Amino acid sequence: MAEKKELLEEVTIRFAGDSGDGMQLTGMQFTNTTALFGNDLSTFPDYPAEIRAPQGTLAGVSGFQIHFGSIDIHTPGDECDVLVAMNAAALKANIRLLKQGGIIIANTDGFDTKNLRLSGYGEENNPLTNGTLEKYHLYQFDITKLTRNSLTESGLTTKEIDRSKNMFILGFIYWMYNRPIENSINFLNEKFSKKQDILDSNIKVLKAGYHFGETTETFMTRYDVKKAKMVPGAYRNIMGNQATAYAMIAASQKAGVNLFYGTYPITPASDILHELSKQKVFGVKTFQAEDEIAAICSAIGASFGGSFGTTASSGPGIALKTEAMGLAVNLELPLLIINVQRGGPSTGLPTKTEQSDLLQAIYGRNGEAPIPVIAASSPGDCFGAAYAACRIALEHMTPVILLTDGYIATGAEPWQYPTAESLPPIHVQFEKPKTNAEEKFLPYKRDEKLSRPWAIPGTKGLEHRIGGLEKQHETGNISYDPENHEFMVKMRAAKVDKIADYIPLQKLDSGNEKAKVLVLGWGSTYGSIKTGLIQARAEGCDVSHAHLRYVFPFPKNLESILKNFDTVLIPEMNNGQLIKLIRDQFLIPAIGLNKIKGLPFNASEIKDKVVELSK
Amino acid sequence: MNTNENTILDKPMTSKDLVTDQDVRWCPGCGDYSILKQVQTVLPELGLKREEIVFISGIGCSSRFPYYMETFGMHSIHGRATAIASGLKASRPELSVWIITGDGDALSIGGNHFIHLLRRNFDVNILLFNNQIYGLTKGQYSPTSEEGKITKSTPFGSLDHPFNPLALSMGADATFVARSMDRDPVHLKEMLRRTHKHKGASFLEIYQNCNVFNDGAFFIYTDKETKKLETLMVEHGKPLIFGDKNEKGIRLDGYAPVIVDLADGNSTNDLWIHDEKDRLKAEILTRFFDNPINENHMPRVFGVIYSEDRPCYEEMLVNQIADTISKRGNGNLDALLKGKESWVIS
Repeated sequence: MAEKKELLEEVTIRFAGDSGDGMQLTGMQFTNTTALFGNDLSTFPDYPAEIRAPQGTLAGVSGFQIHFGSIDIHTPGDECDVLVAMNAAALKANIRLLKQGGIIIANTDGFDTKNLRLSGYGEENNPLTNGTLEKYHLYQFDITKLTRNSLTESGLTTKEIDRSKNMFILGFIYWMYNRPIENSINFLNEKFSKKQDILDSNIKVLKAGYHFGETTETFMTRYDVKKAKMVPGAYRNIMGNQATAYAMIAASQKAGVNLFYGTYPITPASDILHELSKQKVFGVKTFQAEDEIAAICSAIGASFGGSFGTTASSGPGIALKTEAMGLAVNLELPLLIINVQRGGPSTGLPTKTEQSDLLQAIYGRNGEAPIPVIAASSPGDCFGAAYAACRIALEHMTPVILLTDGYIATGAEPWQYPTAESLPPIHVQFEKPKTNAEEKFLPYKRDEKLSRPWAIPGTKGLEHRIGGLEKQHETGNISYDPENHEFMVKMRAAKVDKIADYIPLQKLDSGNEKAKVLVLGWGSTYGSIKTGLIQARAEGCDVSHAHLRYVFPFPKNLESILKNFDTVLIPEMNNGQLIKLIRDQFLIPAIGLNKIKGLPFNASEIKDKVVELSK
Repeated sequence: MNTNENTILDKPMTSKDLVTDQDVRWCPGCGDYSILKQVQTVLPELGLKREEIVFISGIGCSSRFPYYMETFGMHSIHGRATAIASGLKASRPELSVWIITGDGDALSIGGNHFIHLLRRNFDVNILLFNNQIYGLTKGQYSPTSEEGKITKSTPFGSLDHPFNPLALSMGADATFVARSMDRDPVHLKEMLRRTHKHKGASFLEIYQNCNVFNDGAFFIYTDKETKKLETLMVEHGKPLIFGDKNEKGIRLDGYAPVIVDLADGNSTNDLWIHDEKDRLKAEILTRFFDNPINENHMPRVFGVIYSEDRPCYEEMLVNQIADTISKRGNGNLDALLKGKESWVIS
């Protein structure tokens, strides 16, 4: 077998198959191995909404894209270099993402008449044989048959054998990119430790896939992608939802409070619940409530009791929680509300990403009910952003909304993990018992941050009542007094505004302090903007990038930054939300770039717009 | 009558220590005054520290209650006291948590949280002030109002078939179901004691008279003239007997309750003896829910109808965590952040 070896700086592979084909597992395994190997990487799982759409249909196609390299990687890749298509529908759904001259690895067994019909190609129209794929490098193997051949003596049923096709393709791709298979063998050992025959067969198939690369008579190139020069430090692979959960645990540990998580399953936030419910060794109390409203209300009850109440959901669930969020504003208790955003409105696109809940987070309550809003920009940044959100909630006695989205929540990247000691301290102090009867306890007396004391049940002498009705300054008694109400509305606003004194100043992510164009982003557009501007600068543009973590209140110096640029471009995966806030607060004519397709921006889309604005 | 400042309790709690400095704003003649008084009388007897007691309410006349108790309290949002209390109890199992709610708050908007709290069996006390009307919003019908009732929102008569709160709670597998009334202070106090004593979600329905918007809804059960004939006060181990001269008894004919005249030579030995632990019989008792104008109607039952012991959610939650920690040790944050597979770039 002839083999050519090629050195590449970066590769994007898309694994695609029917929902039941195990492409997510294959993708995640390849990701872990690649991370351990030392490449920088970014991933994008592309799930269908249904659990198991009819086999072979376009609706059932599940994809996993990984962009990895020896250079800095910030996005999962605008287009892919390699498309693994386990069936006809997977090819049809994803061929437009494959670059010209790209590689297709197709499982011929998934291109039989039934699959051709279900995919929409038509029974007489097999793309593998009708010449339509000429501009690509097409490799076709009967992966199903090869898998079955490797397990003839396993004693497993055909169904069980076919389920391990994903291990065959994983092994083959490992061979193709010179990756070690040991990491996946360890994973299989752990996953199937109690099912010896499944374990043995999966390992066998994995190895068979690898060796197939070595023994196949097809001319194939092998690729080397060297380790990346990453910032020195200790790394691990992490997914956004996982990072969010870890930050909540870290914050509660550093603050010395118990973590309570009241929640309701919803795509794409459920993994936070799965992760936290496993972490009982940290004393985390997770509560799967009966609905979204009970979820946030239970968290409010927990905060009232002196725990750190937290909850998470996605758009529709956040909408349900609105009234309770208003209560939390009036109660002025610490509360973390996480919105893992997805396509809306209403049920929308549960497994597709979007960032269209910003205005809901800032404004979406009855009355004047300001809540600080923080946004994460990448899977690893979910940790930093969530930790910051926890700190603000606990130190300023306020509900806080953390915005992530489906793309970074389910995506992965190498993450330079912190030590527990290095994390910023979080100062929490419960009000001490009263030792004398002279001074009446004032539950709404404010400190220099304009926050009230955290006086928890069980503390002698601090008995008091709080509630949703408007309350008198300092005493907390019900008050309908006109002057008091206006005073309290403005006080609550001032408390949130004052948080700007306790957050870092905004820095530029790249570019000069003064330039023609500033790209101002928030949330998961980070990677696309960063990569797009590298491309734009290569074409001669003078452009800078600022990325907001603190969206409300803004950092104190944001206005002065914005005024240094002729044009401010705001790319968002929505119909224009941050742009409204910027225009409103700073009276600058910012320009929007909006993509509302359930997909992240391509770096090239950002680049093209910047080039246009730079003319 | 009102104490004007927090008193630091080095001495045992008295009723006066539970009175706040806020003016009570219920209408004169409201049944809530009596309930407040009985609660303030009973609480000091229970051996609790005042700072360990929390009252959580929703929205409604009932839900103004926490403002009149000198304890920790929260006046929350409509229907959600049960959910908030669940989170509070789950995180602070040692607190004595009392939920104050009403027929609208608990059974209309709050219906979902109500049934889930009961099935989870958090060790909390639920006092439902049932006045069969929406008082605070001035007179709409409620999920417990009778069919055909003329109210502000039903000027031609209500079309709704009402809930039977006790039957609903049995359907949700409540471990403690009881009923009392605002106008029988002795009985109410005893029910409050039993409610506190039961380890688990204790549901106490309290018939409460709203003299402004639904005056007399329960007079038939509370007035001297009709009370003895229309109410059946049950006690564990005692036969089911009622009537002006205790002349009527109830026995079971298969599963059908039958009223018998004790004067007719029926012996009390043949009567149904109340057993708080018998679930099926308790279900039948909750179904004594007839309209008193119907002939041969059953009397309305008051007392502890059902009481069973079942593990409480917050305790199981604590045990599961303690169990995990004893097997695996306390969590190490550095190990969590590092994960199982990490690498160093130098």
